[in-house]
Amino acid sequence: MSEMIATLEETALSDYKYGFVTQIEADEAPLGLNEDIIRFISAKKEEPEWMLEWRLKAFKYWQSLGNHEPQWANISYPSIDYQNIKYYSAPKQKAGPKSLDEIDPELRRTFDKLGISLNEQNRLSGIAVDAVIDSVSIGTTFKAQLAEQGIIFCSITEAIQHHPDLVKKYMGSVVPMTDNFFAALNSAVFTDGSFCYIPKGVRCPMELSTYFRINAENTGQFERTLIIADEGAYVSYLEGCTAPMRDENQLHAAVVELIALDSAEIKYSTVQNWYPGDKEGKGGIYNFVTKRGICSTNAKISWTQVETGSAITWKYPSVILKGDNSVGEFYSVAVTNNYQQADTGTKMMHVGKNTRSRIVSKGISAGKSNNSYRGLVQVGKNAHNSRNFSQCDSLLLGDKCGAHTFPYIETKNSTSIVEHEATTSKIGEDQIFYCNQRGIDTETAVALIINGFAKEVMNQLPMEFAVEAQKLLAISLEGSVG
Amino acid sequence: MSLIETIQNKYNEFSAVAGNGLLGNMRAKAFEHYNKLGIPTSKNEEWKYTRITPLTNKNFELHTTAVLPSKEVLNDIRLQAECAAELFFINGVFVKEISSFDKDALVVLSLNEAAESEYKNYVQQHLNQSSKYMKDGLHALNAAFVANGLFVLVKKNKALQKPVFIYHLTDTNNDNVFVQPRTLFVVEENAQVQLIELYKNNGLQESFTNEVIEIVVQQNARFEYYKVQDENENCHHVGTTHVQQVGKCFTHCVTITLNGGTVRNNINMILEAPNNEGHLYGLYIINGKTHVDNHSIVDNIEPNCFSNEFYKGIMDGNSTGVFNGKIFVRQDAQKTNAYQSNKNILMSDTASVNAKPQLEIFADDVKCSHGCTVGQLDEDALFYLRARGLDEKQAKAFLLHAFAADILEQVKPEALHTYLEKKIDERLNVDAL
Repeated sequence: MSEMIATLEETALSDYKYGFVTQIEADEAPLGLNEDIIRFISAKKEEPEWMLEWRLKAFKYWQSLGNHEPQWANISYPSIDYQNIKYYSAPKQKAGPKSLDEIDPELRRTFDKLGISLNEQNRLSGIAVDAVIDSVSIGTTFKAQLAEQGIIFCSITEAIQHHPDLVKKYMGSVVPMTDNFFAALNSAVFTDGSFCYIPKGVRCPMELSTYFRINAENTGQFERTLIIADEGAYVSYLEGCTAPMRDENQLHAAVVELIALDSAEIKYSTVQNWYPGDKEGKGGIYNFVTKRGICSTNAKISWTQVETGSAITWKYPSVILKGDNSVGEFYSVAVTNNYQQADTGTKMMHVGKNTRSRIVSKGISAGKSNNSYRGLVQVGKNAHNSRNFSQCDSLLLGDKCGAHTFPYIETKNSTSIVEHEATTSKIGEDQIFYCNQRGIDTETAVALIINGFAKEVMNQLPMEFAVEAQKLLAISLEGSVG
Repeated sequence: MSLIETIQNKYNEFSAVAGNGLLGNMRAKAFEHYNKLGIPTSKNEEWKYTRITPLTNKNFELHTTAVLPSKEVLNDIRLQAECAAELFFINGVFVKEISSFDKDALVVLSLNEAAESEYKNYVQQHLNQSSKYMKDGLHALNAAFVANGLFVLVKKNKALQKPVFIYHLTDTNNDNVFVQPRTLFVVEENAQVQLIELYKNNGLQESFTNEVIEIVVQQNARFEYYKVQDENENCHHVGTTHVQQVGKCFTHCVTITLNGGTVRNNINMILEAPNNEGHLYGLYIINGKTHVDNHSIVDNIEPNCFSNEFYKGIMDGNSTGVFNGKIFVRQDAQKTNAYQSNKNILMSDTASVNAKPQLEIFADDVKCSHGCTVGQLDEDALFYLRARGLDEKQAKAFLLHAFAADILEQVKPEALHTYLEKKIDERLNVDAL
């Protein structure tokens, strides 16, 4: 309890504390997007020919779509000028750091400020981190220890150079380049991201983590993450992100692909804290992300997300339950304040027999924000005995915000059971009164209730993230409660 | 000739005969609207699961005058119950000659007449208000041909003890027909009425009904509405029921679909005044290739309203059920309680269901919830009955009957209740009990 009060007090005083800019010289591509830019990115990354061809193919497809972004989401924003973005920006370094010691000290200070230790000696935290700033990955920790077990954890650029077979086989297999507008754009211009391969039967001994940061002005961040868990493997993966405070909007369009082979398990957690814009809704990150996983027989994929940042969140982590007996899970807390807009949810596609999925989504809206849950549960003809349970609850703080629910349920099998329930409410006066009666002041009571509201999801987060996520919740809602 | 072409050919001819005036203006505007929007395709989010274009590319005849059926046919479709009025639509045209009603409590006119009468105000104010919510070409198409519709007014302070029946008969003996009934139904202050709309067909050719009924309920009135579709699988239906609760009042609407080809029911409940109460119920028991799509909108505009929505469906054979329920709670609609529930049972592996229960909430002091399930009969319950000597068919029928009973018990007029119970029992083979 006391910890919570402290957290609230601490956060009540602070605004977006990650909004600093690091003065690092950057190596950048000029503004705009055309084939030359793609060739430039590919050359910078020293990519093989097939990768460049793949990118160009994606670019052609993206061009064929015109400037028609998907219109169906419950969000509104001025159209994005794709020619006014820098597609490549890298902190200037002497070519390829051989070890973490060679990383620009200014950069390392940035990550220290963010509370992410790239220092290998700091083993206490026990998390292997891959840090991505603007367009490139600047260092991956614990690489050697992981390699002992045959685990590959590196930036996607390295993976393309050193493990082309794996990349060739799996990249685009879950999210094809033609999947949607932003996935096509990402496939053409992705600059870096993380790659992870867990060999057969290996249980990854530590949490793997990627930290994304947009630093340079006018840049878009397009990272690509590919995680492959081979038969019987297990991995827990964390993702975090921040950006400086700027007046203009910046674009972030990532693609994440998860592949869980037979009996493998992948747990993917995100704490998304991009800069949400100021109180008047100026600035902030446009977050258009495509995340999807595919499960083979007996495999399991679990998505957990805490969404507090971004001016716009457009994100639907999905699971294709292809193999029999596979399991998909989605836990989400999405908080919007001021003028933020979130349209987020999941897709669970039941293809195999005895597949199970569970969706727990908690939306909290405050200020003048709009928060939507959009989900699809699809049960195919052959998905006998499949089971889904979805719950989406919304909490409204204030009378100028909106909460929306758009669940789609499509069932084609008579032996499956699909359940969906949703509620919308505010914090009850009687609930507050109950707390007041017991000597808890109103502000604390509100924090207590919100914490309880989100608990089911918070419990799914790895320990290290849970604390941070709880603080974030409080920051995002600062000033809107009580 | 496809229906689309027939419409273009017929419009001018029809419009010239029908004359100008209030309705003439509306028709012209609506036709323009229709030409702009066209027939909705599955790319339209509201029509994602229901395809109408195969129908509009077919040949349908558009009749603007009615040919009276024989007395036997009329008698056959009547429920033979005590009533306050029996009003007949034959192929989409209201036929006053064969209709009868209680003149003391009701005013019944054709829409053409009403537009020129002392009730002109009602027509002006409320006719086509539904277009604010229904922004598709089909809805506009109905308005483009409005003329021979029906206007009913339940007079102030009149509490009708017996129901008002509207029978829709589509005569498909000679050709495929496209029909567009249109009704404006006004319930004045302190009045009470039960309205039953019954759809029947006669003949083996195909029919396509595109109906709009608008209902205005005033202060302290009580309105009950029952829509029953019992046509054959060659009958396609798109219907919009638009209930505008302009004063503090009570409404209770039940939609029951037992059969048909491609069926789409839109029901809008607009709670325009504070302290309104509205209930929506629906039941669809379908088989064969029937496709039923229930779309509902509950719009809470003012504070302290209560709405409840409960839909149930049983899908067998190759049938498809669609449910889309929208609840809007506007910023001013504080202290709203809005509930929604949809339960589906799939009886065969070739049947499917698509549900989209949707909440859009802009006020904070509200209690809203929705639930949606898709499943099958409970194994334990089946076993319990089997253990007591019922065979599988009987046991299933027994449980399905109980499943449907939740909605059936909301059908208050006795004659209709008995009629539906019999129909449903026939369908479920309960006579085996």
